[in-house]
Amino acid sequence: MSLAVEQTGAPRQLPMGRLLVYGTVGLIALALLFAPFLFPDVRSQEVAARICVFIVLAASFDLLIGYTGIVSFAHTMFFGLGAYGTAIALKQFGASFTSIALGGGAGVLAALVLAALIGLLSLRVKAIFFAMVTLAAASVMLVLASQLSEFTGGEDGLTYSIPRLFSPATELIADAEGKAVKLFGVALNGKIALYYFVFSSSLALFAVMLRIVASPLGRVLKAIRENEMRAEAIGYRVVGYRTAVFCIAAVIAALAGILRAVWLKYTGPEVALSFDIMIDILLIVVIGGMGTMWGAVIGVVLMTLASYYLKDLMALGAEATASIPLLPDLLNPDRWLLWLGVGFILLVYFFPSGLVGTLMDRDARAGK
Amino acid sequence: MSGMILRLDDVHTDIAQYHILHGVHLDVPEGGVHVILGRNGAGKTTTLRTIMGLWRARKGAVIFKHHDITRMHVSDIARLGVAFVPENMGVFGGLTVAENMRLATRDGSFDTARLDRVQTLFPPLKTFWDKQAHALSGGQKQMLAIARAIIERRELILIDEPTKGLAPAIIRDMIVAFREIAAETTVLLVEQNFRFAGALGQTVAVIDDGRMVHHGQMAELVESQKLQDRYLGLSMAAAE
Repeated sequence: MSLAVEQTGAPRQLPMGRLLVYGTVGLIALALLFAPFLFPDVRSQEVAARICVFIVLAASFDLLIGYTGIVSFAHTMFFGLGAYGTAIALKQFGASFTSIALGGGAGVLAALVLAALIGLLSLRVKAIFFAMVTLAAASVMLVLASQLSEFTGGEDGLTYSIPRLFSPATELIADAEGKAVKLFGVALNGKIALYYFVFSSSLALFAVMLRIVASPLGRVLKAIRENEMRAEAIGYRVVGYRTAVFCIAAVIAALAGILRAVWLKYTGPEVALSFDIMIDILLIVVIGGMGTMWGAVIGVVLMTLASYYLKDLMALGAEATASIPLLPDLLNPDRWLLWLGVGFILLVYFFPSGLVGTLMDRDARAGK
Repeated sequence: MSGMILRLDDVHTDIAQYHILHGVHLDVPEGGVHVILGRNGAGKTTTLRTIMGLWRARKGAVIFKHHDITRMHVSDIARLGVAFVPENMGVFGGLTVAENMRLATRDGSFDTARLDRVQTLFPPLKTFWDKQAHALSGGQKQMLAIARAIIERRELILIDEPTKGLAPAIIRDMIVAFREIAAETTVLLVEQNFRFAGALGQTVAVIDDGRMVHHGQMAELVESQKLQDRYLGLSMAAAE
């Protein structure tokens, strides 16, 4: 028998969208790898470390919303559990790696148990009800963090010390005078060690997520996202898979919380549990492109750079256009959120599947 | 149940407030192609979906190889060896052809000889192996959906209107493909294309208004103008 094969004879073209995405991600990875030497000031290092942690947080959220179609508002709750577990242990038991392991481990375990409970009890219901359940759980956790001030420091949060290895006063390699050896003018001290601890842990967690989405589990998740019924009809227990990925994402978010807590040496509702973070990671995943992983990388970089540097850029713009009517007012740094909003609307308009999603879709449509 | 792979006994199914199946009785012999015919809205698709567990029977029993699957979960029914190819092709458009096929395997790996056979039955799948399924034509999507159902040996394959919207040339090839498939498994086919059904079916059940109104050999229905007029209001000549 012969079933007709429809095939075009067009020559294969280079997948430009894909190349652009991988090139950009490669540049971001290089910039983060050498960040302490390229951008040695304190603010830039904070930006670099935040990018590392938020890539993990946003990518783990992409596992849920992008790969499986689960809408959850509890992701920062899991992030907060990891951060608070670490913070409380460091505060109570002193600055040691054992405290980080114990407190962080407890936070991760709590995240896993809560995710399994929420997943098993709620993932059978419709998406909107599940989203409401997660929203309620996240609100309860936020209230608990504020109310249990004896443990959590309440609204003020907790400030604590971290292991001495990560202190700026620690010389990783000392010269003859006992001072930290400098590389490209940057002292090799504990702050560098802390940055590379955050960087390498984030890289490892991101690699694990890439492995997950490329695995048979990732394939099933994508099938579930497309059509739950069809996935069930070929033998997959959708609730089981959805619960499993919800737990995996929760554990990874909690691990990201540990990194954030160790880097900041402070944990409070604003930096670990607030709904602003939830909205940020939702925007990051939408801007970058849902269900792509690489979209999380590009989305985090854009959002973080905008929130840290857009004001400065607008101040420069306002100064440069001082003689022109209206423009300096429009470029007033206080209006940065307005411009961020305009930028977001334009991105959604021109890149409806997010930056990475749209670029890769174009390649797919062109048959590359 | 001797010699039967599937039995529906007085099955009633409701969809929302509508009572769709009114006590369906159906015996499906093991092996070969068996066809359910009926006009639009008669309950053909609901019967298949009830067997697969996608709609729950309110009353009655669905027995598959001595297992009562009436209340079983869809995925458990699938694991017993029942495959379902829905009317709308049921492929995962965002996944490649290869990924779609791999999803239907138990451990993600293919039996090479079987894969070769399936790709020989449906050559476009080999050509577009790494392409996303949404880029396939309607006929190719249908081939993929059927190929996915046979990439591992199943006991029973439920197929809902496989020829819908397909070109006559592809339908002719499908007949050959279905004969090969039926050589090793049982196929329960819901179809409106009487020529296709007549060419393949060994037994036929006609459903009307949620009740089985006729059950017999397909050859008998194909031969008898009177039976066709009575149950289908259509003769083979008119179907051409």
